[in-house]
Amino acid sequence: MNTLFAILFYLATLVFVVGLLQRIRLYANTPSPLLIPTTPAPVTQAGVVLRMTREVVFFESLFKANLWTWAMGWMFHASLALVLMRHLRYFTDPVWGWVALIQPFGMYAGITMLLGLCGLWVRRLYVERIRYISTLSDHLMLVLFICIAGSGLLMKFAVHTDVIGVKNFFLGLMHLNMQSLPASFPLYVHLLLVSALLVILPISKLLHAPGVFFSPTRNQTDNPREKRHIAAWAAKFESEK
Amino acid sequence: MADIAAPAYRIFPIIPALKPGAMENVRSFVANEKIQTAIGFPGQLVEDWHDKAIAKMGELLGKYRSLRVFMDACVHCGACSDKCHYFIGTQDPKNMPVARQDLMRSVYRRYFTLPGKMFPALVGARDLTKEVLDEWYTYFWQCSECRRCSVFCPYGIDTAEITMAAREILDTVGYGQKYSNEIIGKVHRIGNNLGLPGPALADTLEGLEEDVKDATGVDVRFPLDVKGAEVLLITPSADFFAEPHIDSLIGYAKVFHATGTSWTLSSMSSEAGNFGMFIGNYDQLRAIAMRIRTAALELGVKRIVIGECGHAWRVAYSFLNTLTGVGDGADANDRFAQMLQKQLDHRYKQPSHICEFTWDMIQDERLSFDKEKNDKHIITFHDSCNVARGSRMGNYAGGQFEIPRNIIRAVANNFVEMNPATTREKTFCCGGGGGLLTDDLLELRVKGALPRMEVLQNVVDEHSVNFMATICAICKAQFTKIMPIYGYDRRMVGGVHQLVSNAILLGDK
Repeated sequence: MNTLFAILFYLATLVFVVGLLQRIRLYANTPSPLLIPTTPAPVTQAGVVLRMTREVVFFESLFKANLWTWAMGWMFHASLALVLMRHLRYFTDPVWGWVALIQPFGMYAGITMLLGLCGLWVRRLYVERIRYISTLSDHLMLVLFICIAGSGLLMKFAVHTDVIGVKNFFLGLMHLNMQSLPASFPLYVHLLLVSALLVILPISKLLHAPGVFFSPTRNQTDNPREKRHIAAWAAKFESEK
Repeated sequence: MADIAAPAYRIFPIIPALKPGAMENVRSFVANEKIQTAIGFPGQLVEDWHDKAIAKMGELLGKYRSLRVFMDACVHCGACSDKCHYFIGTQDPKNMPVARQDLMRSVYRRYFTLPGKMFPALVGARDLTKEVLDEWYTYFWQCSECRRCSVFCPYGIDTAEITMAAREILDTVGYGQKYSNEIIGKVHRIGNNLGLPGPALADTLEGLEEDVKDATGVDVRFPLDVKGAEVLLITPSADFFAEPHIDSLIGYAKVFHATGTSWTLSSMSSEAGNFGMFIGNYDQLRAIAMRIRTAALELGVKRIVIGECGHAWRVAYSFLNTLTGVGDGADANDRFAQMLQKQLDHRYKQPSHICEFTWDMIQDERLSFDKEKNDKHIITFHDSCNVARGSRMGNYAGGQFEIPRNIIRAVANNFVEMNPATTREKTFCCGGGGGLLTDDLLELRVKGALPRMEVLQNVVDEHSVNFMATICAICKAQFTKIMPIYGYDRRMVGGVHQLVSNAILLGDK
């Protein structure tokens, strides 16, 4: 089992990192020939950073669109962020001060994460419009996250797992020094699903995470009259003249 | 036309229930061989359309980051699902922005992503069949590219970009739209969308000079092809004879007259509109825009000013510098752009909107008005989608909202706002933008106007509003056509410069 999970995590991490970097490189290398920020848009670079920050941290546009979706979506994402930060304790020794500090919050975040996910799924199942646009993978993606959160919470609140053992296993992985993984069914489920998530991310709608930073309607400065903007493939038309 | 009835107003602006297939039979006329070949597209659906379409999609994915990112990033959250005026008016689920995008995204997934190649059913991927291609044509010609959905999308996904790409692919395989492609042909052949040749334009302008002289006793000029004029005015050709557009053209001329500005129109470049944007074709977009550059160089003007036209202003403001060099800030070694930029007067923004020009003059106290001349009007303002969400005026974000309103307040006493959920960047499209202003789509246009008509009715009931000002030729044409179907007087719609024209004092009587 130890070797199996070790191989699984090495592979999943590899797919995740390489896949994501490739995708990001693809986005970065694809030109944007025309300036298309959704206006009113910031007229300075600093303004763009602020707009993007509001978008990524507070989901500003979603807030304008639909309060319920925003509330549940933001609750899920903010909780996920906290939970991920909390999990840093399994990969750092000694545990960083701020990671230790947020441990109790991260614990509750697991619960709010699950609530947010369930809310989003209920919306997907019962709001006619959203059901109409949902594919099977949209539902399964929520199920995946719900199972990850559920198995995690199960280990925290019901079937306690030897977290020291888990930590030793992952620190071992990081230092190419194989340690044994505690035998625990919820833990196996949890880790299996997380590695599945890592593999799926670079080929799925989860690409919205890097994608948002490359969205021309959000990341462009509104200055077309002040500065000439031209893509290489479009500039060729001019040299032919 | 008589059999198209206006949909009932919603008592509460609730999100409508879905009516699948409601609009599947509303299809814009397909371009014939002559129209297609005139602008370099295949005359009819090519034999290997499937492979050509997929190849074109691949090409566009490599050329446009917007398309590349937007195809991947959607999570089907539904934020946009109730934001499109066509969905609200037609209840057809495929008019929800996300569903419209998915018409293409499903094909993208099938041919360009691993999960779509391996498990198409799981991720909603599908082959590009003739049925799918027909569906593309139907529903990508039911989008006005107004970008309202992009305001609300957490990733800024702009359906307009996807619609443009789809239309570009359709044109490439010989499946073009009659209305837009015919108009593009006219611009190349004659110089404007309406096909008004130079001599006819000269006649029209002479007639206008006489009309204004009769009405005011003042010799207001409408100069054409005057070399060395300071300002080149590029305006939608509808301004030359459509009602109420022409009243705004008179307004611009009076502003130039009262401020003593030397200006000219161009017979070669007598069109601000650019349907190249609507069909998402960069070559067409650029070729049409280049006429403005050529006219500016030939006439040696110092300023380029654009008349009241929504998508024209988006093209002018956002793209003209890129396409033609009309603007500022080109690299020193960018000879193409520098050639023109050296000629232009950079104390002013290039290009400028006519509203920027007029508002600057009002602030400089070079114009005066008798506001009571507009007292018969209780005015509201309809923000045009392309101006609101695809451009700017002035030197601060949101100037495109303030400047037209400032002008209205400066020339009239009675101004009220419509529901703020439907103005500024949240404005609804008039229902006729993006290449849909054609009678073969009248049913769509009537239904798509529903959300605007509802909130207009509110201010009519509460404030007795009797004039809706707007700064777009398509908005004006669309509203004069569909408002009678909703029971309004068609003369309720007019331009901002129509109000300017009513109240301006010309002085030298």
